[in-house]
Formats: sequence, C-alpha cells, structure tokens
Amino acid sequence: MLAILDYGAGNQTSVARAFAMLGVPARITAEPAAIASAWGLVFPGVGAAGQAMRHLAGSGLDRLLKDWVAQGRPLLGICLGCQILLEYSEENGMETLGLIPGRTRRFDSSRREEGGRPVAVPHMGWNSVRPRRPSPLFAGLEEVEEFYFVHSYYAEPAPEYVLADTSYGGDFCSALGRDGLWAVQFHAEKSGPAGLRLLDNFHRYCRERFHAQ
Amino acid sequence: MLSKRVIPCLDVRDGRLTKGIKFAGNADIGDPVESARRYYEEGADEIVFYDITASHESRGIFLEVVEKVAAVIAIPFSVGGGIASVPDMRDVLLAGAEKVSVNSAAVRDPELIARGAEAFGSQAIVLGMDVLSVPGNDNLPSGYEVVIHGGRRRTGLDALAWAIRGVELGAGEICVNSIDADGTRDGYDLTITRRIADSVPVPVIASGGAGAPGHLLEALTLGHASAALIASIVHYGEYSIGELKAYLNDQGCKVRVAGAMGAASLGNRP
Repeated sequence: MLAILDYGAGNQTSVARAFAMLGVPARITAEPAAIASAWGLVFPGVGAAGQAMRHLAGSGLDRLLKDWVAQGRPLLGICLGCQILLEYSEENGMETLGLIPGRTRRFDSSRREEGGRPVAVPHMGWNSVRPRRPSPLFAGLEEVEEFYFVHSYYAEPAPEYVLADTSYGGDFCSALGRDGLWAVQFHAEKSGPAGLRLLDNFHRYCRERFHAQ
Repeated sequence: MLSKRVIPCLDVRDGRLTKGIKFAGNADIGDPVESARRYYEEGADEIVFYDITASHESRGIFLEVVEKVAAVIAIPFSVGGGIASVPDMRDVLLAGAEKVSVNSAAVRDPELIARGAEAFGSQAIVLGMDVLSVPGNDNLPSGYEVVIHGGRRRTGLDALAWAIRGVELGAGEICVNSIDADGTRDGYDLTITRRIADSVPVPVIASGGAGAPGHLLEALTLGHASAALIASIVHYGEYSIGELKAYLNDQGCKVRVAGAMGAASLGNRP
C-alpha cells in the first residue's frame, strides 16, 4: 500500500483517484502507524508554502517526513509537495523542509515568450518534460512527454538533483531527486496516461523496494 | 512552451447529455460519464461540463455526475452553469473538478469572482462570457456586448472591458463565447477573441463556431487563443479529437500529441 500524506492539500483526493484508476492501493492518511507500514509515501500539495509549512509543523508531520527520508524510504512530492522539500521558498520567504539542497523561486518578469511579452504567471497547462537523467520514475515514457502544470513558483535544486526540465521563457527544473526521494512540479495525477504511468512507476519502485527488504 | 489546448464541451441536463453524442461507428450515447471517458481516451486536454438544469432538485444529480467523471478521467475538467456562490464552487471542486466557470452570476455580482479566487485561487476561476457583435459606441467601444441568459438579455457591458475587469477581480482564465458564431459552424469570432487575448495576462479560450479543423487552427494562431472549445464538431462523430490534434500539429500548432502512451496503459489492473 502507498500512503498519501493527509495535511489538507487540495489535490490529495485527485491523487487518490489516480491511484484508484491504476488499481493501486493508496490511502490518504496522517496516522503515523499507517504511514510506517506503507511501501511509499506520496506528498501532495496545492496552495502557498507558508500555510503548508505551518500545517506540517503544527501537526508534527514535518518531523515524520524528515524521519521518513532519513530512513531512505521512497517519497514522491507533487507540486507544492515538490517545492517544500527544498531548503527555502521565495513564496512567503519561508524556510522549508530542507530534505533536498536548493530553493524555490518565483517565475519573474525576465522570462519572456517568443514575442517578447513576459510569460503569464501562473504557468498553467500542458508542457513538455525532458528527462535529463535516467530514473525509474520515467520508465516507459517517451523521450519528451507532456504533463499538466499549474504553478507560479518552481524548484531550483542543486544541479545533481535535476531529473527533468521544462521550457517556459527559459528552462526550469520540473522533476528532481534521486534514489527514491523524488518530486515533480507537474500534477501527475491530472496528466493523463503519462501521469498515470509515472505514478505507477513510483508504485512499482516502492513495491520492489519493500519486497527486497 | 505551453501546448495549445483542445477542450470538448458537454451540456448536461438532469444527469444526461442534452443531445446524444455519437462516436465514430457507434450509436448515440447520452451518458456524460461515458462521453467524458471517450474524449479523455481520444486525447482531450480538458473537458468542460455545463449544468443547464434549471431546477434546484437536480443539482445533486449533477454533482454525482461530476464525481463519477472525476473517477474515470485523469485530466483537469471544469464545471459551469448554476454557479452563483462560493459554496456552489466548493461543491463542484470537492466533487473533483479543477475549475469552475462563472457567467451570468458574475455579471450580476462581480465580487463573486474575487470571492472565488480568494477561496480557491485564480487558477480555479474561469470567467465565461457570451458576447454579441454590436455597433460600437462610447459605452461599447469594442463593438461587442456581454449578454446573459443564452444571449436573450443584454447587459450594457463592453466585452473587452468586462474581460479586463474579470481578470482584475481574480479570474485565471477567460472563455469568450460568440453568440453570433455559436451554432453556425462557420468558425470562431477571431476579432473579439484576439482583442481580449491581447489585452489580458491570462489564457483565453475561444468558443462558438467550430465546424472544421481549420477553425481551431485560426483561433489558436490568428485569434491568439490558448485553447479552443469544441462541441458539435466532435459530438456527432465527424472528427475525433485525435484527428483534430494531428491536424493542428501538422500545421505547426503545438498541441499535446494524443495517446502518446496509448489508451491501453489506462486499464485497471488487479
């Protein structure tokens, strides 16, 4: 079973529905015991970094996430759940979880469309994701697959953590992590067959790790 | 670079499609859930549902449809029709929609847009507007007037000014439906679509008039729209969404290639 961390994130039910479509058992929960027995943890997120961090700190789930990662167990962050794995976010000027080196930045007005107009923020819609490193997360996916994005901020991790990038008035990192600690900026749960495949890849990785122990 | 989006629109009344939808070689389907699934598999980028039910009682039936749709499609979808308050918005978002579309209610109560954006974020609020071409004057400088109740009632609002105001209030997207073009299948109204698209910093969805693949291309290039709403061109089996998107890609208009992964990977596994 996978656990979807319950901290009131707006997309947690969509994530659960996507796993249901795949026939993958996944449960929205904040119960430490249920999470401890899970094969892997999905960390969703929609909204602002400040509010999310306050919620995590207030419920002690920040500690749970840090322990989970310290134990080397598989984690997949999605959207805001990707950004707040880093050390700092320009959104609300917040220290974030610090599980991956780097920071979260806002799309600024220096990013321009081909015509010279500043790009629209939020970046919303389908855009191409180019894998930069081989990863089990992208197994079976095309060289350049499109995923669905909705965000105004993006993760800028240390270069060795960049898994894939995307162009929007210049490139930004759209998937990051290593060794089972992964995160994606796009909404895999709303990205059609490609997104479902990525979620299924995470599930398969978790299942194999679990049974190898 | 973002892909342009192709968005089929389904009208729902009392939990059923108002007109049957015919997929190539198949009989009419009146079930919105089944139609949503088919369009999803064909490569739709989003789906729009309009609840055209008049009665309060059938609202619950519509919300059940939204929940069932959310269980079978893994793409964003929006819901419009009868959204007049923040609780109305919350109902459909909790049922699984990503976005709500407000139209007449926002004309009567523009602050509805701001309240919705504050509660759910601008990305969840689409301002839908029906526009009618009129002789331009000082009050209607764009030459287009906003109309409500399916075009039966004029509002005195200038379409361009209303779009700009809607974005200032917090709308994250504008859907411009031309009453003149709607149902003609002669193509979108490129003039007002482009004027609004050039004047607001949010995506514009062109709506009304699609009857041929070239119409979508025009709207997405000449019309500067980010997305094209379609209805009868796909509802009666004339074109599939895959065919429309293949055409757009061939013409150099970047759209998400339908079915790159193949629908086979979608099946429920034990």
